[in-house]
Amino acid sequence: MSEYKLHLLVCGGTSCRNLQSDTLAENLKTEIDKQGLTDVAQVVKTGCFGLCDKGTVVKVIPENIFYAHVKPEDAKDIVEEHIIKGRKVERLLYTDPDKKQIRIALRNCGIIDPENINEYIERNGYEALGKVLSEMTPEEAIKLLIDSGLRGRGGGGFPAGIKWDLTRKVESSIKFVVCNADEGDPGAFMDRSILEGDPHSVLEAMAINGYCTGSNYGLIYIRAEYPLAIERLKTAIKQAREYGFLGNNILGTGFSFDIEMRYGAGAFVCGEETALIHSMEGLRGEPTMKPPFPSVEGYLKKPTNVNNVETYANIPVIFSKGVKWFAKIGTEKSKGTKVFALAGKVNNVGLIEVPLGITLREVIFEIGGGIKGGKKFKAVQTGGPSGGCLTEKDLDTPIDYDNLIAAGSMMGSGGMIIMDEDDCMVDVAKFFLDFTVEESCGKCVPCRVGNKRLHELLNKITSGNGAKEDIDRLINLSNVIKDTSLCGLGQSSPNPVLSTIKNFRNEYDAHIDDKKCPAGVCKALMTYFIVEENCVGCTACARACPVGAISGERKEIHYIDPALCIKCGACEERCKFNAVIVK
Amino acid sequence: METVKLTVDNKKIEVPKGTTIYKAARKLGIDIPVLCYMDLADLNIEHKPGGCRICSVEVEGRRNLAPSCSTEVFDGMVVKTHSMRVLNARKTVMELILSDHPKDCLICPKSGNCDLQNLAIKLGIRETPYQEFSEMSTYRKDFSPSIIRDMDKCIMCRRCETMCNEFQTVGALSAVNRGFNSVVAPAFEMDLEDSPCTYCGQCVAVCPTGALTEVDHTNQLIEDLSNPAKTVIVQTAPAVRAALGEEFGMEPGTLVTGKMVTALRRLGFNYIFDTDFAADLTIMEEGTELLDRLNRHLKGDKDVKLPILTSCCPGWVNFFEQQFTDLLDVPSTARSPQQMFGAIAKTFFADRIKVAREDLVVVSIMPCLAKKYECQRDEFKVNGNPDVDYSISTRELAHLIKRANMDLNNMPEEDFDQPLGESSGAGVIFGATGGVIEAAVRTAYEIYTKKKLDRVDFKQLRGMEGIRHANVDFNGLEVNIGIAHGLGNARKLLEDVRNGISQFHAIEIMACPGGCIGGGGQPLHHGNLSILQKRMEAIYREDAGKPIRKSHENPYIIKLYEEFLGKPMSEKAHHLLHTHYIDKSKKIIYMK
Repeated sequence: MSEYKLHLLVCGGTSCRNLQSDTLAENLKTEIDKQGLTDVAQVVKTGCFGLCDKGTVVKVIPENIFYAHVKPEDAKDIVEEHIIKGRKVERLLYTDPDKKQIRIALRNCGIIDPENINEYIERNGYEALGKVLSEMTPEEAIKLLIDSGLRGRGGGGFPAGIKWDLTRKVESSIKFVVCNADEGDPGAFMDRSILEGDPHSVLEAMAINGYCTGSNYGLIYIRAEYPLAIERLKTAIKQAREYGFLGNNILGTGFSFDIEMRYGAGAFVCGEETALIHSMEGLRGEPTMKPPFPSVEGYLKKPTNVNNVETYANIPVIFSKGVKWFAKIGTEKSKGTKVFALAGKVNNVGLIEVPLGITLREVIFEIGGGIKGGKKFKAVQTGGPSGGCLTEKDLDTPIDYDNLIAAGSMMGSGGMIIMDEDDCMVDVAKFFLDFTVEESCGKCVPCRVGNKRLHELLNKITSGNGAKEDIDRLINLSNVIKDTSLCGLGQSSPNPVLSTIKNFRNEYDAHIDDKKCPAGVCKALMTYFIVEENCVGCTACARACPVGAISGERKEIHYIDPALCIKCGACEERCKFNAVIVK
Repeated sequence: METVKLTVDNKKIEVPKGTTIYKAARKLGIDIPVLCYMDLADLNIEHKPGGCRICSVEVEGRRNLAPSCSTEVFDGMVVKTHSMRVLNARKTVMELILSDHPKDCLICPKSGNCDLQNLAIKLGIRETPYQEFSEMSTYRKDFSPSIIRDMDKCIMCRRCETMCNEFQTVGALSAVNRGFNSVVAPAFEMDLEDSPCTYCGQCVAVCPTGALTEVDHTNQLIEDLSNPAKTVIVQTAPAVRAALGEEFGMEPGTLVTGKMVTALRRLGFNYIFDTDFAADLTIMEEGTELLDRLNRHLKGDKDVKLPILTSCCPGWVNFFEQQFTDLLDVPSTARSPQQMFGAIAKTFFADRIKVAREDLVVVSIMPCLAKKYECQRDEFKVNGNPDVDYSISTRELAHLIKRANMDLNNMPEEDFDQPLGESSGAGVIFGATGGVIEAAVRTAYEIYTKKKLDRVDFKQLRGMEGIRHANVDFNGLEVNIGIAHGLGNARKLLEDVRNGISQFHAIEIMACPGGCIGGGGQPLHHGNLSILQKRMEAIYREDAGKPIRKSHENPYIIKLYEEFLGKPMSEKAHHLLHTHYIDKSKKIIYMK
């Protein structure tokens, strides 16, 4: 990287690629060529910066200047203004506000070219592998990992070092190291970003894992819906083999380890490790009882260590920078950082990586830039579809595994959806249930039938047919589903229901008792009508109505027949006199 | 042995390490309800997917409830099987199951014999709280020649899958779709008829609800019995008499041969015959074929196919027609006893009583569901008229007897009619695994050695082990015999044959556990396989009590050859008593 004066880092993550970042990069190169600057500036396509709503993002180093919302046609301006004249392109300039972020798992994302192993090596890549292989016994390395306090980033938060040790202790000539890249939480895409932006960090960690647990085989289970991540992983594996970081006799140490890919069809439940293993075996992707744990009996009945992408991405740094450095970050029981995918009604959506122990308030109002349109914050859903909704009162709770569970939610894989006053919490619960009903594997009764019935009960309430006792039914059913389901999916799927009932009981009551949706979301509970004082009889609304529900002569007051109205909102949109209102 | 101590409902017990809570509780006399769970210890099958969650119990210190069927005990474990938390969860889960199950118990074929119904009674379910707004999962009803799949009634216990895939290695059934829409079905939800299903009926035998049932022919039978233009004759398979009594509350293993004959006569059959007669006939043909192949082999004929495989079991025939199509010339060409009976009945016997083929209805009572398919095969029809018109199961017969206001318990004992009702003990033992080959040995030995057998019992061929082998000394010639029951076991022997490493001269194969006594049409064992053992003992008891023990000594068989067939494997015998096999592998690959 260093022989150039300037590096233009163009985001090559999935989101920015959809915004034609590839064309932008090409245009930049063409402009640089045209201006004869090929020796001065270099264009690098990187992984995701995490600033997804600012795409396409271009970062110029060494000045560390961000350009946001860059379009392919802006290439000329950037080259002429920034490179030649040395002036920032003001209209594209973006100041990154997130001073609270610490990037460990995402350390290389957006900085290196993920398709060039040399850039990873320049940033101390594969140093940890060399160090572990040449200086440590597996026991020593695992002890270090245990001391670091790193917990699984896939959701459960099981201490990674202890998991490795369990696999190490099992006697077997064949063991497997598996990377769980079946990221399935809607809205969460940190694993994809890591694989797209820094695939080698995962490969390196898997090789270290192989050495520590006594395994020579690595498998990455990735959903086929991640084509770019798959492509970059393939390239990375090829390059790592060429450089001798994978394959036989790695770095001359006698240790051999290689990695293959396994593709999933994109079932949420296949993120559960036993279901994932069955899917890799070619069986139906559904969980089985633990024990036996995969560390004892996993893939092809052999001891198998499964960790997720983000967990792996943390590991090389822990070994190269040291345990003390890592353990200083975070809280007492939750060390290090966590990547969150901010989504919903917040100004800055995208990926952030923050030290554990940070408060939700800091995440939402400082890093996230507050609520969109200056509206009022209502709730934040953490932990994906099976997490819970937290409220105002939880905003100052430090985020870690245990606090989130205590508050009725969970860490999950790090999805964070922010809701404002316009969101109906009954509808939100229904939305998440919709997902779990769809994604249940169907094996156990409480999850297969129970979630369906929960969803139907919520539907009953949002369509105005709710009865008082339905809330007790929801609570009892939710508790039984959590209490009796086979795997983590069912054991957590009722969380959105329970947490919204707990925190927003008044909204449920309004739906049931008053047949009203306070947020104005549930269509069945809304009525459109015309305010007589404002109506001038222009007939615009009647002409817009697709079902002929509006009657009234020209220059006379109009009337909406509630029996015919389908609540499409066309009249409200068309009226120029604020005469149509919804209640 | 390492043991652990635990407390279940305040009672202390010490059990071997690795025991499940469910089994530990049973030792204490605590019967935790189960639904999807199935323990077929004699077959080495413990089906415990942990899917229904009915058996959930509370374990002190554990966050959630534990499924007792699949949770192992640990030292110091404290279990509560009937706390309020458990009872509420169990009831709620049961209500969920019932919320997606039709409530048409009154007209369900499984009513009165349904595990789900019994559990609803035990748990005192009195209402189905989701009824008014909930959706039911619905599926296309699937009719095959033997088995009806009504998957609206499936509760996803997955027992059928275990039988089909693990025990039988047939692979016709597996879970498809996801979540609320998941269901057990053939791949791509194709019809059972287009799948690799062999109709062995072991899925039906373990289904806890009315999701899998047999095609019922009793109404057709009643119609034929009441038609004065028809002469209706019946044949009863050996395994039926050893199990039918169970449906009338008798001890498993009670023989009801004479009572059954009386009941059939009172139902209005014109002639009551015995499939055992045809079993003796099978031995004449198959035994001769065995000796023929053996002799040619001994003379150095390299083309002769050995081992010879028995061909009485239609589930097994379907299995090799689909999965071992390269070995179609290995099994004996002898038809099954059911079909030999039909062929003789509609020729020799029809002539004798001067009834036209079309007016003669041949019904078989079988412990088997594949027999329903077998009698519909085109090879066994003459101008579209089947040799055996239809087959009804042991269960169907029991229902019919009850429907006709009869109780087998009070029934006097009568004898079969002649000439197709006489059988030797060799014909009887066809009903148990190893019986066909033992019967064949009794005859083949005497024909080959031209010596009388001192002892006709070949106990080395009997038993419940899945794969057995024995050597029988044919006066200096050592004949190696293999026996398998269960298609998974058969597959192992078959693969050796395919790879040319089989050491056997003859192999007997039965698709069902224990042979026909454990057939898919028998009274339901509800997981208690000791019943099969008792049926087996009954079969051998019947054999021991017979005056004639060897097929070739059955006087009516001798007469049949004299008057009609000539000799075994004659042209006439070949035409009426032998068959050919069809390559069905392409049928499986073809998908709708």
